[in-house]
Amino acid sequence: MENLNFDMAKNSLRELNQFLHHDAKNGKVSKVTVLNPDGAHNIAVGLDCPIEIEVHGHAGYYAGGMNKLATVTISGSAGTGVAENMMSGKVHVKGFASNGAGASAHGGLLVIDGDAGLRCGISLKGGDIVVGGSVGSFSAFMAQAGRMVICGDAGDALGDSLYEAVLYVRGNIKTLGSDAQIEPMSKTDLAAVADLLTQAGIRHDPNEFKRIASKRELYHWNVDANQEY
Amino acid sequence: METKPVQFKHISREESAGYDSKTLDYIRNAAAHGLYEIRGLGAKRKLPSFDDLVFLGASLSRYALEGYREKCSTKTILGTRFAKKPIELDIPITIAGMSFGSLSANVKEALGRAASEMGTSTTTGDGGMTEEERRSSKTLVYQCLPSRYGFNPDDVRRADAIEVVIGQGAKPGGGGMLLGQKVSARVAKMRTLPAGIDQRSACRHPDWTGPDDLAIKIHELREMTDWEKPIYVKVGATRTFNDVKLAVHSGADVVVVDGMQGGTAATQTCFIEHVGIPTLAAVRQAVDALEDMDMKGKVQLIVSGGIRSGPDVAKALAMGADAVAIGQGVLIALGCNSDSYIQNGVHHPAAEGYAALGTAAGFCHHCHTGKCPVGITTQDAILEQRLQPEVGAKRLRNYLKTLNMELTTIARACGKQNVHHLEREDLVALTVEAAAMAHLPLAGTNWVPGSNGY
Repeated sequence: MENLNFDMAKNSLRELNQFLHHDAKNGKVSKVTVLNPDGAHNIAVGLDCPIEIEVHGHAGYYAGGMNKLATVTISGSAGTGVAENMMSGKVHVKGFASNGAGASAHGGLLVIDGDAGLRCGISLKGGDIVVGGSVGSFSAFMAQAGRMVICGDAGDALGDSLYEAVLYVRGNIKTLGSDAQIEPMSKTDLAAVADLLTQAGIRHDPNEFKRIASKRELYHWNVDANQEY
Repeated sequence: METKPVQFKHISREESAGYDSKTLDYIRNAAAHGLYEIRGLGAKRKLPSFDDLVFLGASLSRYALEGYREKCSTKTILGTRFAKKPIELDIPITIAGMSFGSLSANVKEALGRAASEMGTSTTTGDGGMTEEERRSSKTLVYQCLPSRYGFNPDDVRRADAIEVVIGQGAKPGGGGMLLGQKVSARVAKMRTLPAGIDQRSACRHPDWTGPDDLAIKIHELREMTDWEKPIYVKVGATRTFNDVKLAVHSGADVVVVDGMQGGTAATQTCFIEHVGIPTLAAVRQAVDALEDMDMKGKVQLIVSGGIRSGPDVAKALAMGADAVAIGQGVLIALGCNSDSYIQNGVHHPAAEGYAALGTAAGFCHHCHTGKCPVGITTQDAILEQRLQPEVGAKRLRNYLKTLNMELTTIARACGKQNVHHLEREDLVALTVEAAAMAHLPLAGTNWVPGSNGY
C-alpha cells in the first residue's frame, strides 16, 4: 500500500478522476493527497472503492459527489453540492460548505466542521450529516430519510415538506418549514446524536439538541377533501 | 294589471359559450371537493400541430426514389459533441422517459424488448432504473431528475446516456406526481418514501440552480462517467429559443424539447392545458437556437410531445430534429384505451374496468388512479398481468416498424436517400397559425407570416 501525491497545478482533474475510477481499484494505493486544488470543481466524483483522499485546500462544486466507499477529507472549504448523492463512505469538510451540501445523499456520513449554506441536506435519502456550525435557510427541504445534526443555528424554513428524515438542532431555529415540528428527544434520539457526534469528532451534550420531524400532514393531498381520484 | 316576463323560445335553452357544460361541471367539482383535477395524457385541446403541414413530394423539379426498393437510411447518431461513445440507433424514433411507478415493470420490460429489436433506445423516468428495464433494453437513457429518486452512481455507470431533466411538456415548471395508489412497496422502496403516500416530486434540482451551475453539474456527470456517455438535457417547451441556447451553453450533447401535447401519468389539468407551447412552435424555436449558435448537427435535437405517426416523425425531422421521442403513442400501441386486453392469446373485454373509473375505452385518462383496465399504468398485482411483456413488445415493434416505413416512404417521395436529408423546403403549411409558428410558407403561396415585413 502506498500513498500518492497528485498536484493539480501539474496534472488535470481528468487524470485525477480517471486514476481514482480505475487504477485506484486495484488496492495498491491506500491514500491520495490532492495538492493545489485551487477550488477546482468535481474533485473525486463517482468513487467506488475504499480509498482515502485528502484534499489540501479548497474544493469547488460537487467534491466527493456520488461517493461510494471512499473517505474524502477537504482541509479547506467546499463549494456547492459537496458529497451530493453520496451512497456510502465519508466526506469531511474542515472549513465551510456552500449550498446544497449532502443533497440527496442516500448513505454515508458528511461532516462539515464550519457552517453550511442554503439547502443543506435537501432531498436527503438516508445519508447522515453533521454540521459543526450553522446551516442556511431551506435546509433539509423534502428530506426523505437519514439524519442531520446541526450544532449551531438553522435559518428559515428548516425541514420544509419533510418525510421521514430526522433533524437535531442545538442552537436557534429561525423558522420551521411547512409540516415540520419540534418533538421530544427520546433515548434513541439521544443515542443517535451521541453516536453521530462521536463519528464526526465533535463534542457536545446530546441533551442540548431538539428533535425536528415531519407532522406528516402533507403525505396526502388534502385530508378534508372527498377526493375522487 | 298582471305583468308576465316575455319568453323567447329560441333562447330559453341556449347554452353559454363561456359557461358551457364543461365549465359548469368544472366549477361544481371545484365547489364539491376543494381540489383541482389531476389526470393523465397530454393536452386535449385542439392545437396547431404537424397535421397542419404537408410535404411537397418530388415531381419535375425534384427526383423521387422508388418507394419500396431504393435505399433510404434511418441510422441516427446522438451525442457526437463530447461523448466518447455516442448513441447509434437504427431508427430516429426513441421511447420517451416514463417511470417505473407510473408504468408497471411488465410495461418497462416490453418497451425495452421492442426498442432493442428495432435498434432504438428507451428512457428511465422518475424513480430510478429497474433490473427488468436494464436487462431488456440494449440502449438505455438514464434520467437525472430533480427528485433524484433512486438515483444511483452504479446505474449512472451502467446507463448508455444520461438525460438531465429540467422539465416536461405536460408540465414545464412542475415536478412529477405519483398518487398513493401507485406507490406500492417496491415503488416506495426505490424512491425511499413511505408506501401509499401521494408522492410529489421536486420541481427544481437540489444541487444546482441556473445554467452556469448546470454546466458544472454536466461536467460532474462527464467526469463521473469518464466522458464516455452522451449527456442529454430535456426541457418542457416554453421559452424554447432561450432554453435550448442555455442547454447548449451548459454543455449538452443532445437537447430534448417536449411540447405541450406531451403526455403525463398524473398532472393537474390546469397545468396540462394552460402551461407550455405546442410542439410545432417549439421545434422551430429549438432549430433557430441551434442555427443561431452554429450548433446544428453538432448538438442533436430530439423532439417529443404528440408525435403519433410516421408523417409526424418525418415532419419533425424535416423541421430540423435529429430524432423524436414517443411516450403516449407507445402506450396506445401497447393497448392504452383499447376495449380489450390480451392474455394467453385471447382478447378479454376491459369495459367493466373503464366503467368502474367512470369512463370508457377511447376516453380514458385515468393513469393517475393506478387502476388501468388494460394493465399499463398500474402497480396492481392483478391488473399488471393484463399486459404481458411479449405481447406488448410485439405490438410496439409493429408500431415502430410502421412509423419507420411511413417515414422512409415520405423521404423517398421527397427524393431523399437518408431520412435526415428531409428539409424545411419540403414542407408547407395549411393554416396561417402553423405557417407563422413553423416559419413555413402557406401552401400555394410564398407567404411566411412574420417574414419580409408581413
